[in-house]
Amino acid sequence: MNQAKVPVWVNIALIPLLNITLAFVISGLVIYAIGQNPIEAAGYMIYGAFGYSEGIGYTLYYATNFIFTGLAVCVAFKAGLFNIGGEGQAYIGGLGVGLVCLALDHTMPFIVIAPLAIIGAAVFGAAWAYVPAYLQARRGSHIVITTIMFNFIASSLMVYLMVNWLKGTQNMSLNSRTFEHSAWMPYLHTLLSPLGIDIGDSPVNLSFFWALLCCFGVWLLVWHTRWGYQLRTLGTNPTAAKYAGIDTAKVTIWVMMVSGALAGFVGLNEIMGVNHSLLLNFAAGYGFTGIAVALMGRNHPIGIFLAAILFGALYQGGAEVSFDMPQITPDIVVVVQGLVILFSGALEHMFKDRIEGFFIRRAAAAQEK
Amino acid sequence: MKGVFLASVTALAMSATLAHAATDKPAVVYDQAGKYDKSFNEGVYNGVLKYEKDTGQKIREFEPKNEAQVEQGLRRLAQRGYSPIIAVGYSMSAATEKVAKDFPNIHFSIIDSVIKLPNVQSIVFKEQEGSFLVGALAAMKSKTNTVGFIGAIDVPLIRKFSCGYKQGVKYIAPKDKVIVNFVGSTGAAFSNPTQGSELAKSQFSQGADVIFAAAGGTGIGVYQAAADAGKYAIGVDSDQNYLHPGVMLTSMVKRVDQAAYNVYKSAAAGGWKPGVVTLGLADNGVTWALDKYNQKLITPEMKAKMKAIRKDIIDGKIKVHDYSVDNSCNM
Repeated sequence: MNQAKVPVWVNIALIPLLNITLAFVISGLVIYAIGQNPIEAAGYMIYGAFGYSEGIGYTLYYATNFIFTGLAVCVAFKAGLFNIGGEGQAYIGGLGVGLVCLALDHTMPFIVIAPLAIIGAAVFGAAWAYVPAYLQARRGSHIVITTIMFNFIASSLMVYLMVNWLKGTQNMSLNSRTFEHSAWMPYLHTLLSPLGIDIGDSPVNLSFFWALLCCFGVWLLVWHTRWGYQLRTLGTNPTAAKYAGIDTAKVTIWVMMVSGALAGFVGLNEIMGVNHSLLLNFAAGYGFTGIAVALMGRNHPIGIFLAAILFGALYQGGAEVSFDMPQITPDIVVVVQGLVILFSGALEHMFKDRIEGFFIRRAAAAQEK
Repeated sequence: MKGVFLASVTALAMSATLAHAATDKPAVVYDQAGKYDKSFNEGVYNGVLKYEKDTGQKIREFEPKNEAQVEQGLRRLAQRGYSPIIAVGYSMSAATEKVAKDFPNIHFSIIDSVIKLPNVQSIVFKEQEGSFLVGALAAMKSKTNTVGFIGAIDVPLIRKFSCGYKQGVKYIAPKDKVIVNFVGSTGAAFSNPTQGSELAKSQFSQGADVIFAAAGGTGIGVYQAAADAGKYAIGVDSDQNYLHPGVMLTSMVKRVDQAAYNVYKSAAAGGWKPGVVTLGLADNGVTWALDKYNQKLITPEMKAKMKAIRKDIIDGKIKVHDYSVDNSCNM
């Protein structure tokens, strides 16, 4: 029972922290190698992400998307399914949100539109995940391949719909008309300003709290319901699950639909919260980054929340760095993000065994005394 | 030439009153293909370079990585008092419109899109006229009576190119076949040479011997495929004839460099004006490129014919249909 002797904080705090620190040290060396001052860059990055209220707002806004896509990957992963299609599901979920808003914004108040938009995002996202799930469950087509393919189909479908049906009257830009204010997800700064709190002008909106609720919901679903038990059993050992009388095909399908619905909520943040119109490419890679977020967050809602904040900070801080130090191109920021993923995902065992060994030996030595 | 260009800029600009900008701090936000795409963005970048060289003034550049950063970048530049800010590309319309509303004292110039705000200048090109010309040239050069068009995304701006190109081809040879393909459905379609090369090979195998690529950086793959197959290709936005001498039949040049240069120059002189600036053949805003790299491919007869067509378009004897007017390409 070696595991018992390793203090909990080592596994959930020390090791991830060490991995991230190492990633940042290597990033610093890369920045130094191209002739820039890494300390200065780090300063801009931290200040940009956490240093002032507007920056924090942007960090939380990005984090909102990553929580949704991270949770989507996590739920599927717990059932042993690798959902690479978060990108497409987010895209189509946004379409659902957009259609609800375009249909109702003239006639209905926010209080009616908001729940319908949430349902719209969930239904469209889930529907987009249903087809690959069905193919996996009943026809044995591998979910990784089909979900990737569905990302491309989603973006082609969106271009087709935007160009031919949903485009506004402006001649070149591919936007639908802007929604009426009744279909805008309120910004946190507009909610807080009547209370005399000024948090600057940033895109973080109410969807952030919906993301937190989803974290709680996923925790409840996966660890505290009968369905969650089925899902985890399927993920741990499909044969045992089948033997125990679990309909694995059925579980596969509904797990993927939950996953797709979670990814679809990105549309709430992007379409209702920020852009206030339907447009192209709003998913902007959030679906793919969600995979890294879930891996780094060790497929637990709390971990995903923290990892989402970290990636939000990287996105926001990274933009800030390339803005203030134009010699550091956006590509370097991608390198930094890649290193973080590499060290905290792929190389997580590099330190783990040694550190755990150290604590086990120490605990053993203490026992002997 | 520049005189004509400037005069038309002034003439076409709406006579709205000039909002006062505190200082002259020029800036530019490229689109996601980046400033080294050898095409559209690089055209703007060349204008930026030229202006920096001529005036010694540094222009602030920003290359966003995703949609959210476009708006963020524009907003940060505006907050810090940069003006005028050039937004490069139709994909920035929504972001520019939003930021421009929040910063009425900052001047924005957007290329390839129209935004009707008192502090935004919209620079649009008559791509259909330039595309008509290169379409006519393609039809003159084609021996197989089949020519190709490769667009990045199936969006109105690219349809404007393809529609003009088709009209040019049909003007010379009404029976010629035009094969049209699109690369993809995301911004990456403008920077995907591999896909461009595959589409070009497929079009060559269908009998095309001249291909016009309106796809930004993706074109590089199309030209390479043309060079490998011994066929011809037509470049876009920047003059790309130098990339493969003897293969590049011509380039449909969109003088975004000059447009960008003129934005900064007029702003420095206090002559920046909001409104729509339309640049076509008559203003040399679009044209076909003839230089030492492709002159061997163009016979004197072709050259004369091109000159005549160009004149007819400017004089209005040839009406080139603009796709964006009615969102259709009925000729």
